[in-house]
Amino acid sequence: MYALEVNNLKKTYSNGVQALKGISLKVDEGDFFALLGPNGAGKSTLIGIISSLVNSTSGESLVFGTSVQKDRSKAMSYIGLVPQELNFNQFEKPVEIVVNQAGYYGIPRDIALQRAEKYLKQLSLWDKAEKPSRTLSGGMKRRLMIARAMVNEPRLLILDEPTAGVDIEIRRSMWEFIREINDNGTTVILTTHYLEEAENLCRNIAIIDHGKIIKNTDMKSLLATLDVETFVLDLREAVDHCPVVEGMEINVRDERTLEASLPKQKSLNTLFAELERQGIHVLSMRNKANRLEELFIGLVETGHGQEGAGT
Amino acid sequence: MSSSLIWVGYKTIVRKEITRILRIWGQTIVPPAITMTLYFIIFGELIGRRIGEMGGFTYMQYIVPGLVIMSVITNSYGNMVSSFFGAKFGKHIEELLISPLPNWVILTGYVTGALARGLMVGTVVMGVSLFFTPIEVQHPLVMFTVLLLTAIVFALAGMVNAIFAQKFDDIAIIPTFVLAPLTYLGGVFYSIALLPVFWQNVSVANPILYMVNGFRYGMLGVSDVSLVKTYVVIVIAGAVLFSWCMFLLNRGTGLRT
Repeated sequence: MYALEVNNLKKTYSNGVQALKGISLKVDEGDFFALLGPNGAGKSTLIGIISSLVNSTSGESLVFGTSVQKDRSKAMSYIGLVPQELNFNQFEKPVEIVVNQAGYYGIPRDIALQRAEKYLKQLSLWDKAEKPSRTLSGGMKRRLMIARAMVNEPRLLILDEPTAGVDIEIRRSMWEFIREINDNGTTVILTTHYLEEAENLCRNIAIIDHGKIIKNTDMKSLLATLDVETFVLDLREAVDHCPVVEGMEINVRDERTLEASLPKQKSLNTLFAELERQGIHVLSMRNKANRLEELFIGLVETGHGQEGAGT
Repeated sequence: MSSSLIWVGYKTIVRKEITRILRIWGQTIVPPAITMTLYFIIFGELIGRRIGEMGGFTYMQYIVPGLVIMSVITNSYGNMVSSFFGAKFGKHIEELLISPLPNWVILTGYVTGALARGLMVGTVVMGVSLFFTPIEVQHPLVMFTVLLLTAIVFALAGMVNAIFAQKFDDIAIIPTFVLAPLTYLGGVFYSIALLPVFWQNVSVANPILYMVNGFRYGMLGVSDVSLVKTYVVIVIAGAVLFSWCMFLLNRGTGLRT
């Protein structure tokens, strides 16, 4: 049984905008799944339909075999959702927000209080539990929404850009928390604009654009399709000409910085040896863009891809 | 669907609503008490003395039931519309919409919250009235059931308003232009027997007239309309509004895109 199965899902809004044009998708139980796409691609509409906040025009979505359209109540009992926008009552205290959410899932208050303490502590929010939630920082508010989504201990956790606007330290601690949840058996679906996040965390991926899935495969296979990688090289001394290395494309960004694009089969050692031979000394090196980012941009720009590939 | 989901979910909504009412007591409980005190002083004491008796009671005694039920109507409606629309506007209604709770539990939870505020305010106004005039309740069961059913009817009406509302202006229009005129013309301050026949006939089309008079019958034992008609009107209004609310919630109108 799949944690999520979406069959030919379509959504046309009342203003005529066709947000989803027949999406089919399967997410295995226990998977850590990335759902990526540019703004307006249809990701939030898809998540809205899965979580029953948006009515589909046609098609079906099944959560652990239960149809959201036919048995909403049962399907929802499996899901925890962290939405993109803040959607809790800012006048309530974090502990109230989490405990009330548990109540909506039929969890008795004494158990709800224990779980609220557990998750607020795990997300470093317990010392703020009794403060008005409007006084929390942006990162704390995002973590509060994760604690709230976890209180019913869902089998499927959907995170819609959970780390947007969060500093790197907190982002990394959130990754650790989510990874641990996944290790404990919860299926996780993540949408994010930080592609590094998706690359580090997720095992499988779907890229959605203009309401269609343009790529659906596992992360390793996708990254293996990357033909060329571009590196930025910081030089010790300034160069007055662009070096030439056979089989590679080199560009001068400024007199102390080069950009080198290497086909996958070429070795970095060859590049360094050739530059050394030409009297150019490299001080440091970094990827121009995250590997997944390069693929993502390529796929979205060309609109290339096989719909439903890999499902 | 388990009964514990329904019961715990219902209790959670009611607790949340009552906590909200008590947290902002300065906005929910105090203003109606002050307004009604002014009504008692101005209409009951100052003007009422010159009016004399109405229906065999002092004018102050005569208007007490009307003012109590008016507070209950205004506050049960106002609580529902502001709380539910506030949740919709602030998007935290999504906490309920993504939960497994069925729509009828969400509806009854919010109605109970609105009912609680209506009863709290009604009790406060009744308490205030005792500073001005003694009241001997004639039919407590009638008084209580009419109060309860009226609060439910207006809580349901508030839900319909909140579902359709898209901005804060939309939740002020109905109370200002529909609810207030119907309440004031519903016999709160006078017996319709004082009106010309034409206006008496117009008044009987106003459902609030039945609620005011039903409650007055419960407190004082006098009414302009029959008690049976009162219950029929209230029960039909409640059934129609409940069905409408359920239809809208199941369809997701104004809530699910």
